[in-house]
Order: sequence, then structure tokens, then C-alpha cells
Amino acid sequence: MERLSFLHKAERRAGGRRPMAIVGVVASGNLEVLVERVLPSTECVVEIATTAHGFGEVWRAVVADFVERRSPGGLKFSINDGGARPDTVALRLAQGARTIEIDTL
Amino acid sequence: MTDWTREREARDARIAAGRAFADGKVVARESAKALLEVIIRPGDRVCLEGDNQKQADLLAEALARVDPDKVHDLHMVQSGIVLPAHLDVFDRKIARRLDYAYSGPQAGRIAKMLFGGQIALGAVHTYLELFARYFVDLTPQVALIAAVSADREGNLYTGPNTEDTPTVVEATTFKNGLVVAQVNEIVDRVPRVDIPGDRVHFVVDARKPFYVEPLFTRDPGAITETQILTAMLAIRGIYAEYGVQRLNHGIGFNTAAIELLLPTYGERLGLKGKIATRWALNPHPTLIPAIESGWVQQIHCFGSEVGMDDYIRARSDIFFTGPDGSLRSNRAFCQTAGLYACDMFIGSTLQIDLEGHSSTVTTSRIAGFGGAPNMGSDARGRRHPSAAWLQAGREADPDRAPALRRGRKLVVQIGETFGEKNVPLFVEQLDALALAEKLDLDLAPVMVYADDVTHIVTEEGIANLLLCRSRDEREQAIRGVAGYTDVGRGRDAGMVRRLRERGVIRRPEDLDIDPLDADRSMLAARSIKELVQWSGGLYRPPSQFRNW
Repeated sequence: MERLSFLHKAERRAGGRRPMAIVGVVASGNLEVLVERVLPSTECVVEIATTAHGFGEVWRAVVADFVERRSPGGLKFSINDGGARPDTVALRLAQGARTIEIDTL
Repeated sequence: MTDWTREREARDARIAAGRAFADGKVVARESAKALLEVIIRPGDRVCLEGDNQKQADLLAEALARVDPDKVHDLHMVQSGIVLPAHLDVFDRKIARRLDYAYSGPQAGRIAKMLFGGQIALGAVHTYLELFARYFVDLTPQVALIAAVSADREGNLYTGPNTEDTPTVVEATTFKNGLVVAQVNEIVDRVPRVDIPGDRVHFVVDARKPFYVEPLFTRDPGAITETQILTAMLAIRGIYAEYGVQRLNHGIGFNTAAIELLLPTYGERLGLKGKIATRWALNPHPTLIPAIESGWVQQIHCFGSEVGMDDYIRARSDIFFTGPDGSLRSNRAFCQTAGLYACDMFIGSTLQIDLEGHSSTVTTSRIAGFGGAPNMGSDARGRRHPSAAWLQAGREADPDRAPALRRGRKLVVQIGETFGEKNVPLFVEQLDALALAEKLDLDLAPVMVYADDVTHIVTEEGIANLLLCRSRDEREQAIRGVAGYTDVGRGRDAGMVRRLRERGVIRRPEDLDIDPLDADRSMLAARSIKELVQWSGGLYRPPSQFRNW
């Protein structure tokens, strides 16, 4: 298991008031994302535990683009990755950011 | 004194020789090989019917068993290299030269044989291009075709899978060639006459159905959320944006996802009746929910699809059917329809380079072209306007006087940035170039040329190449949707940002696409079984697609 952590400045606070959300599943080629509203509103942290080693640079790029496009200020993302492709990772992060914005689901 | 009728006399002599194995026109399947040995001469151009769907399989196997001392140096001119027998004729030195269009299932073996020099390759064509050459410089002396049934006069019923047959017969019979048909059965009266009997010289009673590959069946169960996201991007950013009414789809999962999103996502966007109403398309099972929901007005087909015949028969307002009620397909006409009367082609590919050239060739596999380069190209002879075509032309050339400005066909490549086995879709250089060098070909086998491609869609967004004004912009637009592939990570972030501001690149969030909609629950059918339910039980999927 490889552990990675990225800290970013975010332009804006993520919308909504929900404290927590979960998207995805732990499975091969997939990932589970736990989103928690626990940080100052201009910070974003993404922590990754992955079974696939040696992809740190790709994770760094995916996370940086995600923060730039979605501005998820105040959110901490904890990822449990089963070796998902970058497209799946990017989609799950976006889904996590959207889910916590929606106050009633 | 010039003899102007030598071809006809030669044909008559072959027919006379073949009669030894026939009762009238009818030949028993056991005599097929002996028949071929007397009617085919060394050096003949032979069309062995077979494309990406139907196959004259019995005649292919018979040809592969003829005595190479009697029949050799043939020049095969045929749509598909699909069955093992199609290559066995080269292994056994019965055939030497090859001009063809499609070789999907034999992609690995044909590559080895081309590298090994067992096949002298003329060219890899599109279907329509090969058909055109049948009438100019690749006219067959002998055509070996497949039909469902024949009467004793040789009238043929080719049925739902008519496909290439009328074209092959036209080119062969009317230029003094000889036509042999394998048929599933001999009947007193055919359900409808697809090929008149005076164009057919021998009928081989195969006593079994000819083979048909279910190439256009995509199991909705295998569609991923990323593919759904690309499909939503295409619907909002291209179909709705240009108001695309008339179109053709490729066979990939991304376009299958689009078909299954029309009655759900498309409906929600209020697009019913405004997009995707008229099609040049095989009867894709994944289009059933859209048809049943009233999205589709008309479909003309290249061929049929296994299991769809009863459904088509019951939906004759949508499909082209004969007096007997069954589908009449025609590949040449449908390819022409796709070229001249469709405003969009959208399909998947294996490799896209930095200019936008795309190819399905890899270093060890040569799958050929089929119809995609024809569908996926701008028809320079087109003269009728449509809103979508004019809008694309305006984007490409905004400064020209409108009355003198050509429109443009929308040619869209769609796929995930990483394909099967995590192979990147985007490459610095196509494998097709290495192949052309290795085989000493004048042309690299490019599926869709860069100057025909108008849009590239991935999960990262849409690159609108019509709006690019320089080579640099084009390269950065492509890199900008190439995600986390090496090509994507090599992008110039500043330039990509500016291209996005101009709408050259549009991300899902620019098109108001909610990532939470990229969910399988959005598909109108999530399994083959649900497609059967949508069809009211009329769709009968082949056994390999039944898991219940």
C-alpha cells in the first residue's frame, strides 16, 4: 500500500453545508472517496492509499487539475484506491465535490 | 479482324465446364470444390463475398481446398478478410494478390503474412472505394456470393443481410463475369427477388445458414461511467450545439452509451425531435430504447444484425423492408448515404496523433478500414445545405463570403484517454507510420485524416478543431483533452487555458454537465435483457449475449 498526500490552496469554499459524503466503491479498478468538511475554507487536502505503486506524479497532476477546476475549499478527501485509471479518479473526485454541495440527497 | 466478345466466350466456356457438376444451375455442396476448379482460371480476379458481417463461408472453404496446380495466382478483390479460409488461400498459394477493406478478426495473422511476403498487397480500401474499383480496374472475373435461398432459376433472396451482394453481382455479371451463390436452401419460390436469376450462373446448396458476425451488438452491462460522461459531453457539446439530425455511429461503447442516453438524458434536455432522427446505421440493439421512445424517424442499414430481424420486421415505418416484410440492407447505398446525406460521423479509434490523424493499426495488427474513412470524411462533392453543415463550415472559415463557403461534415472521434489495458489513446506518432515503412507502402493506413476530423471528445472535454487557427493551437487543443497520458501531461497550461476561454476546449463543467449524472442508472437499458424487454421480446440476442 502506497500513501500519498497533497495540500492545495483553493480559491473558494466548497458550496453547501453537509459535513461529509462518500462516493464510489472499493474494488479493483475503482476507488472510494470520503469527503469531509474539516479544513479552513481556502485549503484542500487529498490523501490517497493505493494498491498501485509508482503513480505519484499522475496523482499529483490529477489532484492539481481537480482543485483548479472545482475549487473544493475546506474539504479533505480520503481515497481508498483499487488501482483505478486517472479518468475514474478524476470523475470520483468531481462526484465527491458535487455530493457534499447538495444539502439533501 | 478484332474479336470484341472474347470475355463473353470465355465465360460461356467456363459455364459449360461447370455444368458437369450441376443439375441445371444447382450444385450439391459436395461438388463445390470441383466446380470452382473448372470455372476459375489461374490469374483470375475473384471476389469472395464477405464483409464485417455476412460470409460466403462454404465457398471460402471450398476455394481454400482447390488444387493449387489447377487454380493459382488469383487476385482476391473482396471486402473482408475475416475467416481463416480467406488467408488459407494465400498460405496454399492459390491466391497471390489482395485488394480489400476490412480484416478485424484476422488482424494479427494478416499482419504476419504481409510481413512474410505471402500476400502481395494492392491497397487497403474503404468499402465504397473498393466497390467503385469493381467498376473500373478491379472487376471480378468470378464472384462467390452468399444468399438465404434460391429457386431453380437462380433467383436469390439475400434477405436482411443483403449487404454487398447487389454491388458484387452488378460488377461481375454485367462485365462478362461468372457468379456462384451459396444458399441456405433451394425453394420453389423465393420470398422476394433480391438478385434476378439471369445474373446468377450456379447455385450451391449449402444446406446450412451462411455465417454472420454480430459485430454491432454492445452489451450495455459493459458501459463504464467514464463512457457515459463522454456520451453526455457529445450530446450537449455537439449533437445539441449543431442540431445534428442526420448521422452515423461507429460500433464502440461510447456511441452505444449515447444511444442509451437519448431517451433519458436527451429527453431531460428537451432534445427529442431536434437531434438524431435520421440514421445511416446498422440495426444496433442499443438503439432500441430510442426507437421505442419515438426519437428515431428513419434508419437505412449497411447490413442486418444477428437477432434483430423480427424487431425490424415489426418496425417497418423505421427501417427499409421488402414486400416480404424483412429488412433490405445495401452496403454501397448506405455508405453513399453516410457520405453525402449525413451531417455527422462519430466513432472510436485506437490512436490519435498530435495533428489529429487517427488509426486502428498497431505494430502487430492490421484491422483494415471497413467504412469508417468514408463515413469519417468530408464529401467535397456535397452541394445541399443543412444547419449543422453550415455552422461547422462557418466555424472553420468565418471570414469567407457565406454564399461561397463550403459547409463541413462533423467528424468526431470519441474515446477515453486510456483505452483497453490502459493503452493511451493519444500518441506522438501513429504506429501506422512504422507499418508503412516496414511494408514499403506509399500511404500509411490512416483511418481518419486530421483535416477531416472536426472534434475530439474524451472524458476531459471536447476539442473543437474547427476553431483552431494554427498548427500550434491544434496540437494544444488535442493535448488539452488528452488527460493524464504523456501527450496530455505535455500540454502548455497557459495556451490550453486560453483555448478554453475561446471555447476551443470545453470541459464538462463548461457544458453544465453534473458529474453525478455520469452514472449507469442514466442508461435507458443496463443489460441485454433490458434491451429485449424494450423490444417487447422481438429482439432475440445470440447465445453469447445471453447471461440469464
